[in-house]
Amino acid sequence: MDPQNTTAIRRSPAAWLPERLGLKRGGLALQIAARIGSGLLVLWAAVTLSFVSLQLAPGDIVSLLIGEQLRTPEVEATIRAEWGLDAPLPLQYLSYLSRILHGDFGRSYILQTDVTGLVLSQMLPTLKLTAAALVVALVFAVASAVSTAGRRVPRAIAGALELTLVSTPSFWLGILLLFVFSFTLKLFPVSGDRSFSALVLPALALGLSLGAVVGQVLREGLERALEEPFALTVRSWGTSDLVLRLRHCLRHAALPAVTLTGWLVGNLLSGAVITESVFGRPGLGRVTVEAVLGHDLPVVLAVAILSAFVYVALSTLVDVLYLLLDPRLRDESRETGR
Amino acid sequence: MKPLVQIRDLTIGFPQDGSVTPVVRGIDLTIHMGETVALVGESGSGKSVTARSLIGLSGAEASVGAGRFEIDGQSVLGFRERDWRRLRGDKIGFVLQDALVSLDPLRRISQQLTDAAGGSGFFRRQNAARDNRALLQSVGIPDPDRRLAQYPHQLSGGLRQRALIATAIARSPSLLIADEPTTALDATVQKQILDLLAERSKAGQTLLLISHDLAVVSRLADRVLVMRQGRIVEEGPTRTILTAPEHPYTRQLLDAVPSVRSRGFRLSAGSEPEANGSVEARPAERLRIPLPPKRIDETSLVLSASHLVKRYGGASGTFAVNDVSFHLAAGEALGIVGESGSGKTTVAKIVLGLVEPDSGTVQIDGEAWSHVGEAQRRSRRASMQLIAQDALSSFDPRYTVEQIVGESLDTVGMFGEARRQRVGEVLDAVRLGPSFLKRYPRDLSGGQRQRVAIARAFAPRPRLLVADEPVSALDVSVQAQVLDLLAELQAASGTSLLFISHDLGVVNHLTDRVLVMKDGRVVETGQVEQVFASPHHSYTRALLDAVPVLA
Amino acid sequence: MSAVPTTLARRGVRFRRALHGLLARPGLWLASLFLLFVAVATLWPGLLSSADPLAADPLQAQLPPSAEHWFGTDHLGRDVFSRVAHGARYSILIGVSAVAIGSIVGSALGLLAGLSRGLVDEAISRFLDVVSSFPDLLLALVLISFTGPGTLNLIFALGVAFVPRFARVVRAQTFVIARSGYVEQARTFGLTPTVLVLRHILPHALAQVPILATIGLGSAIISAAGLSFLGMGPQPPAPEWGAMLAEARNYLRVAWWIGVWPGVAITLTVISISILGRRWQASFEGRRAR
Repeated sequence: MDPQNTTAIRRSPAAWLPERLGLKRGGLALQIAARIGSGLLVLWAAVTLSFVSLQLAPGDIVSLLIGEQLRTPEVEATIRAEWGLDAPLPLQYLSYLSRILHGDFGRSYILQTDVTGLVLSQMLPTLKLTAAALVVALVFAVASAVSTAGRRVPRAIAGALELTLVSTPSFWLGILLLFVFSFTLKLFPVSGDRSFSALVLPALALGLSLGAVVGQVLREGLERALEEPFALTVRSWGTSDLVLRLRHCLRHAALPAVTLTGWLVGNLLSGAVITESVFGRPGLGRVTVEAVLGHDLPVVLAVAILSAFVYVALSTLVDVLYLLLDPRLRDESRETGR
Repeated sequence: MKPLVQIRDLTIGFPQDGSVTPVVRGIDLTIHMGETVALVGESGSGKSVTARSLIGLSGAEASVGAGRFEIDGQSVLGFRERDWRRLRGDKIGFVLQDALVSLDPLRRISQQLTDAAGGSGFFRRQNAARDNRALLQSVGIPDPDRRLAQYPHQLSGGLRQRALIATAIARSPSLLIADEPTTALDATVQKQILDLLAERSKAGQTLLLISHDLAVVSRLADRVLVMRQGRIVEEGPTRTILTAPEHPYTRQLLDAVPSVRSRGFRLSAGSEPEANGSVEARPAERLRIPLPPKRIDETSLVLSASHLVKRYGGASGTFAVNDVSFHLAAGEALGIVGESGSGKTTVAKIVLGLVEPDSGTVQIDGEAWSHVGEAQRRSRRASMQLIAQDALSSFDPRYTVEQIVGESLDTVGMFGEARRQRVGEVLDAVRLGPSFLKRYPRDLSGGQRQRVAIARAFAPRPRLLVADEPVSALDVSVQAQVLDLLAELQAASGTSLLFISHDLGVVNHLTDRVLVMKDGRVVETGQVEQVFASPHHSYTRALLDAVPVLA
Repeated sequence: MSAVPTTLARRGVRFRRALHGLLARPGLWLASLFLLFVAVATLWPGLLSSADPLAADPLQAQLPPSAEHWFGTDHLGRDVFSRVAHGARYSILIGVSAVAIGSIVGSALGLLAGLSRGLVDEAISRFLDVVSSFPDLLLALVLISFTGPGTLNLIFALGVAFVPRFARVVRAQTFVIARSGYVEQARTFGLTPTVLVLRHILPHALAQVPILATIGLGSAIISAAGLSFLGMGPQPPAPEWGAMLAEARNYLRVAWWIGVWPGVAITLTVISISILGRRWQASFEGRRAR
């Protein structure tokens, strides 16, 4: 995954409405409101897309929802009643929307359980894993970027390390870590989620390669900032190199890195699916894999919509943060103000 | 008294392809207390690198050597980064051009002043707010309390440059270095900044001024050093350099400056293609070569625009162009002069049919041009050509010079052998030989690129040429050659020229009539001699007043 | 440049320069060499290993690497080297096909959006926003939950997940180029819109797509291996690298080599592709910037 391209590709889903409305001027509150609005619209469209895909998928909807479960007239009748399949399509859509708005993702006919409850009960371990991996990624990225930017030899070493990490599949990194630290050195448990030490290896496996990408973007931004004329001005004040990097340039470097957040969140969620499977951790990822393999569509759709929600919410948050980070975006119209 | 700066035999080189390429080749520089010294040269002369070496910031890769390098009586030859840091800001302050990028865009003015004044650590002084306010006042920023809380982009260009100067003098350095401090600014703002520097100089500030513009320097400097390709070719008191230059290069630089005195004459010397070879030792006397005479046919109007209006951002938006009318006769050159935001480029786009006016009409050769469909305009476009400011971006990067020039012949339906011949002809006219046919624009120098653009524009024998700031990105001696070419070709072909520029000297030199624009309106119009000699409108007077003159 | 460079001489110089650059950079050289191996393994795996990747031999199970079995044998006694060599075909085929789908469909959508602007652009852009609000891998998982696992379904799912990134870049490029100086200049020549698009916009808007595709190939291979690891791709006993690692996870304690070589193959392949892709991109940008 190349950092330059990810920045070019990933744009916050919250950015289009302010653009469309020509909201370059206007107060901060208005801009934030517009961003939240566009985020909500994207989410609504995502839910609609999931509904449409159910309708367009080959095969009738009952057998899609029922998955690999045995199809009996009783089960079919329950599904028809629950999804209102006998009502006209627009009505079905509206009831689908309203159910999801109420946090009701229906029933898994394979697991014979309520999807919302299932997802909620599995959320905590996944949350722990992604949060820990995020910390690993950010610490690695900042440390590697600040200490090596603009220095030839350290930069080459860090670059090679990052290239290797980016090119290593997280599940293989996990297997290697397991082999070295769990089986050989016996420092960490092999699987499960019972203690903090069980979190270390999964977080490293998931976080390091993401940290490598962010590190590359951050270093590039840092080097660009160090080349800017303002860096020369700051140096001409007699400021030390470290202060220049931390106080002035890191903020500039963070701007392009921030646009990576959407990408980062997406990869944390996707990566969690695989990492949980490698380390035999409980969590949403395991539930998802089993649901996909068992054609348990209600569960799959619930996880997809949930992850879209997380993705859009965090991207919107970061987009708002971006406004606060870069004063130039806040008031472009006043640029020529005297 | 000991001089503040004393440098003997300074050499600076940068590594390139395994060896060190020198950019400064043994120069001497002495600056006395209270003096204003100017280092003048074109791009690549090494003037900026020299200035940066004075604060130890010529770059990590640069190798700096000198026989003697003393600042304030102390030799800096063995200086490490830490030693330099003690010197920067404290003994020497540094001002770059264009404060929009030379100040940290993400920090408030107050923070930056504190950064500049607070030394190198994280520890802050007491009374910072009071000091900052006083500092902004001292550089002539009104209402400093409001400005302190703002970010650089919220300030106008002039105020921003003042704020940048304030950061440089925050710790009252003995020497202030200003590297092209006014280059990115409009003429009127430029004058204010020069006045500010002059004021400080009068108050006893030692000043080292770096500039490409002899006229800017002549306002301030006591002494001028002319640099060329890493060497100092001439040095002396400002007056002597300006009135009795000894070196041919200095002479060439002075001659290249377009002004009222150069009207009707060539700016560059003879046939020399580009100032990259050595200047032959001509006798240093002023020989002006006259330009060929123009034929203006007042009875045939090539272009007439009446009551053009264009606003951006809907019906309530701001006026980019507000009731602008003018006409252009065959063979005539009309200048449009204005500062940034005056609407002059929008006028050019309307004339070219790239932007439709909200109201008002454009007629080309007596026929309607605005408000007709593009399909109808297409066949007539060959009679009208554009020379853009940035030649490189006006070329398709995949095209060779031959293809670039030839493309303008598409609309006149000239292909095959005839096209090849015409392309050869016009390239010859701009003194680019057949060896350039297969070259790519990125391999050409700035002057060569602009000549290709001129050749392309003249190729379909247009009736009207629109030139939008065609020389503003060029060094003065290259600019002289391009202007000469443009003037010659225009006179020889009888093409009408609409020439858009912010530079009054260039307009004065090249055009017959002039339109002065401000905020989308025409404030004054008339024959060039008349407008420039006795301007009616106060804005024209202010503009003329602000133009730095060689004196 | 003062000499008269003919096109031919220019080409010669370029070629020699490229060759020189290759030799001066060992990384580039090694990457090319390794990819050559991968290419051979993809097309004629038999050339690298004569052992049958599917032939199980319980008597030879879990042998460590030796002269006879370079990479050892797995829990069923199959030759790991042979399996890794034959596995290249799956990774490369899935990666290339998915990127091909993504880049072709994505470029078409991007061009359409960038050139048409207005409503069509709006519709396409919003659609892309929505599609990419599902993380890549999850989108692929959702698609597979409809279609079921398998090689072809995996290619389709990954290809769809790759569409937005190509579409975004091409759309943005088209937008920038349509407003560039030379397109404005070409408009003043009175070129018709069709000629303008074909001559000045298309070549530049699409110039980066092959480079992006090369760089994207790396992440496609990683994603494909990940999905196969989860059992969504080629089914056992197919020697797909990801699937092999999934099996190996259970034998780590006793036979580390089963879990190492397929991973080494993935990582080296992706590193090599990245090195070449980045080099290509750098020289492309260098040519543009000069």
